[in-house]
Amino acid sequence: MKTYETVIGLEVHVELATKTKIFCGCSTAFGGAPNTHTCPVCTGMPGSLPVLNKQVVEYALKAGVAANCKIHRYCKFDRKNYFYPDNPQNYQISQLYLPICYEGSVEIETSAGKRKVRIHEMHMEEDAGKLIHDEWEDCSLVDYNRSGVPLIEIVSEPDMRSAEEVIAYLEKLRFMMQYLGISDCKLQEGSMRADVNLSVREAGTKELGTRTEMKNLNSFKAIARAIEGERERQIELLEEGKPVIQETRRWDDNKEYSYAMRSKEDAKDYRYFPDPDIPPVHISDEWIRRIREEQPQLREEKMDWYQKKLGLSSYDAGILTESRHLAELFEEVSALYGDPKKTANWFMGEVLRLVKDKGMEPEEVRFTPSHMAELLRMVDKKEVSPQNARKVFEEIFQKDINPVLYIEENGLKIIEDVKILTDTLQKVLEENPGPLEELLSGKEKVFGFFVGQMMRELKGKASPEAVRKALAEEIAKRKSETVPMD
Amino acid sequence: MAKEINEETMENVCILAKLSLEGAEREKAREEMQKMLDYVEKLKELDTDGVEPLSHIFEEENVFREDVVVNGDEREAILYNAPKAKEGQFQVPRTIG
Amino acid sequence: MDFDTMTALEAAEKIKQRQISTTDLVKQVFDQIEKKEGKVHAYLDLYKKDAFARAKEVQKGIEEGRYRGPLAGIPIAVKDNICVKGKKTTCASKILGNFVPQYNAEVIHRILDAGMILIGKTNMDEFAMGSTTETSAYGPTKNPWNLSHVPGGSSGGSCAAVAAGEAWLALGSDTGGSIRQPSSFCGVTGIKPTYGTVSRYGLVAYASSLDQIGPVGKDTADCAALLEILSGKDEKDGTSLNRRDTGFSEELSDTVMGVKFGVPLEYLSEGLSEPVKKAFMDAIKLLTAHGAIVDFFSMKTTEYVIPAYYIIACAEASSNLERFDGVKYGFRARDYEGLHDMYKKTRTEGFGEEVKRRILLGSFVLSAGYYDAYYLKALRTKALIKKEFDQAFSDYDILLAPAAPYTAPRIGESLKDPLSMYLGDIYTVAVNLCGLPGITVPCALDVKGLPVGIQMIGNCFQEKKILRAASAFEKFRGAFPRPEMGGACL
Repeated sequence: MKTYETVIGLEVHVELATKTKIFCGCSTAFGGAPNTHTCPVCTGMPGSLPVLNKQVVEYALKAGVAANCKIHRYCKFDRKNYFYPDNPQNYQISQLYLPICYEGSVEIETSAGKRKVRIHEMHMEEDAGKLIHDEWEDCSLVDYNRSGVPLIEIVSEPDMRSAEEVIAYLEKLRFMMQYLGISDCKLQEGSMRADVNLSVREAGTKELGTRTEMKNLNSFKAIARAIEGERERQIELLEEGKPVIQETRRWDDNKEYSYAMRSKEDAKDYRYFPDPDIPPVHISDEWIRRIREEQPQLREEKMDWYQKKLGLSSYDAGILTESRHLAELFEEVSALYGDPKKTANWFMGEVLRLVKDKGMEPEEVRFTPSHMAELLRMVDKKEVSPQNARKVFEEIFQKDINPVLYIEENGLKIIEDVKILTDTLQKVLEENPGPLEELLSGKEKVFGFFVGQMMRELKGKASPEAVRKALAEEIAKRKSETVPMD
Repeated sequence: MAKEINEETMENVCILAKLSLEGAEREKAREEMQKMLDYVEKLKELDTDGVEPLSHIFEEENVFREDVVVNGDEREAILYNAPKAKEGQFQVPRTIG
Repeated sequence: MDFDTMTALEAAEKIKQRQISTTDLVKQVFDQIEKKEGKVHAYLDLYKKDAFARAKEVQKGIEEGRYRGPLAGIPIAVKDNICVKGKKTTCASKILGNFVPQYNAEVIHRILDAGMILIGKTNMDEFAMGSTTETSAYGPTKNPWNLSHVPGGSSGGSCAAVAAGEAWLALGSDTGGSIRQPSSFCGVTGIKPTYGTVSRYGLVAYASSLDQIGPVGKDTADCAALLEILSGKDEKDGTSLNRRDTGFSEELSDTVMGVKFGVPLEYLSEGLSEPVKKAFMDAIKLLTAHGAIVDFFSMKTTEYVIPAYYIIACAEASSNLERFDGVKYGFRARDYEGLHDMYKKTRTEGFGEEVKRRILLGSFVLSAGYYDAYYLKALRTKALIKKEFDQAFSDYDILLAPAAPYTAPRIGESLKDPLSMYLGDIYTVAVNLCGLPGITVPCALDVKGLPVGIQMIGNCFQEKKILRAASAFEKFRGAFPRPEMGGACL
């Protein structure tokens, strides 16, 4: 049996987080009623003209600079001509001849170690509208709300060899875009989409095999399955001595099989030419310098910093930086509070638990950092019990309350008054004569029962240590008072 | 002589242009295209080596739009001319999928 | 009152002086339309009722000082490839036969803001593709000077309307001579401005890198005043330029003393008909008699302008016209099986022969394997043509050219041989390729009584130079006759 190597290149479409579309002043907001975010420009009305959104160029440059690309100082838009109803002009405005960014690279890390994935180019283009199929009338319906939403297409070189590397590369891009603040990169909502170019070759050979392009991959899992499926399909063909046909295939994740998207009406000849409606874009050195200077700390730099300077474990650093927003919140709280490790523990525990319990996105977390820092300080000063602190934090997380006021108003401040403590202790011991007898007779395991009872009675307002100390002293006292039975 | 426009080329161009020309109309279109291509062969005489293609006459300045939403809901106007519409969308013959 | 010899500027002045009202003017123009439109067929749509209502509103606006411009109250006709909100805009094509845009072209906003009165949409070659207005899906327009001749094209309806007195002013569009050539054929004045001077927003595109909207009128002053209204940066058109020198109606002069004119020798060689040549040479003599310096020089790229133009124009057109597919607006074929059949039937039935011819050619020159040999070669040729014009303008203020090799041909003669029709654009297309401004002014009548115009071409942004020379030329020439429209020639 021969062994085969899989060779994979990716075309990743990333929807940019601009307020308006690439060529008109329509909103890019997700989820409006059909065709309510449209105008003559993004519906291809006769006589309408595109005018380039500056923010799109700015974002594309940010992505290019972060991915170590070269920049075309003079770049143009081209028309890609093909008929399809989701494309109102029947041409897509894209970049072929002079894409804004080219020849970059990113580093990925997998179980096989580190590897560089080269980026062939990144170009700006417009998204298409949405087609839905109407089963009642056996027709399709077109909604142009997404038509004209800005995209960058990131085309890699065929540098990946496994699904694991592909996922690592996509994760890398996703974090990069999110940290740059230029896209939220959600596969499910379609704000990040990947087409997979895949070929196989016998291990050890130099030449690339014939590749296919797979579309309609909506999740990391689907991508992994599609890669496996297509690899097997191609190997089978080769084993049978049949050729692999260079074509576009559509992945059906339910059937776990890809289908050729062939039609004699799809001539696959896009007749690209420079769009005469859009003047070329000049990108100055000054512009690129500013983008470079303003580039925020990316995820790898943060992870490094968290481990080396803040003393966090690599695991914690990884988790905390999965969302730039959460990482920044962590940094603010940590700076105010002064103990990064303890802050990290609270984030890893409480913050992430609440995010999960409430079914939220990390980006939706909103509270004043000083509120959390103040709460942690009160825990340290034993002004509130850790147990109550968790409850108070939930209030901060949900309503952004001020912990000092809240603790005061709700009487959660730790009771340091010895009298209350001893009174309560006497009460609890009296009410539980049975367990008390057991305890006095040396059954230490009921000690915890009394601590619990105390805490309940005091509504958690005492520190467990204080309760434990008072109980131990009281028991010791009673033991010494009791005449040993003989 | 320019490239000969044969039936295969004609069919390909018709697919690209989404036109279905039949019979005499197709033959006439083919002949005229041939004649035109023979004529524009003339350009081959001209030495354009090293000349940059000139796509845009004026291209010194960047022309941008600011990223500000200026359009509201224009759905009614957008669908006004639709040959067929349903539930606020343009209706077309079923596409693949 | 003799409206026939009155210019639009003069009429507007009389409105301001309260000698006539806007309603008088609208009534006069519709009277003319009533009399002549049956013969000329300059219009595809008329807004009689709206125009009278608008006349009242404008009259009030003028009296209250809201409309102060030099053309306030003047009725204007608009070529049917310019979108007017709520009015059919067909481009003289079946495929847009029922299209009613829900937005105005930028130029429509501007003429309305200037207090002008829309009276209707004029006929044209389908999608502005043609030189005779015969490719209109709604029948040809006739030349008011001789109804068995074409008015030229593609803005034939606009030029015929002005010539016949069916409009005071009109908007045309010029992609390869579509204002200047019919202006010559109809004995009126027309300007193609520097590319980017007038917004193209709302102009249904034929070839985006070449299209410009421009004025058609009775004389240079009227056209200059209208051009001034139309010009200016539009944020909705990325190719629109921010010009500050658009005071075109100022400084119109009556002298050409010392102005250096250049005449490309190639323009006088084979192909130029005798009557046009004679009129052209006479015009040159008239200019030199008034102190102009006229030199003849060689433009070596002349023979390449038509091939380069048709490759570029058709390539862009093939892409621009892809949007007409029966999905969003306009005509959709009645019977079809599936999506692609719908596209093909809609477009095959919806487009006329000339349009299909250009779409096919354009699709071919952009297709895989031919892009470099045809399209890029044409763009390189364009660069050389531009270079040669740049050189010419370092030597001359203005270039002189005929607007067409012949006077208006008879109806039915031109479409038989498309290639020879294309060759008729020899004097006009380079102006579009290079983005230059050009004006056509009537200079003579040929023996058959058909008008001949002279074309003055300026360097980019030099409209003022050609407008000054054109208005001076009009003075040397004297009043130009108006067509009789007796009907004898029918």
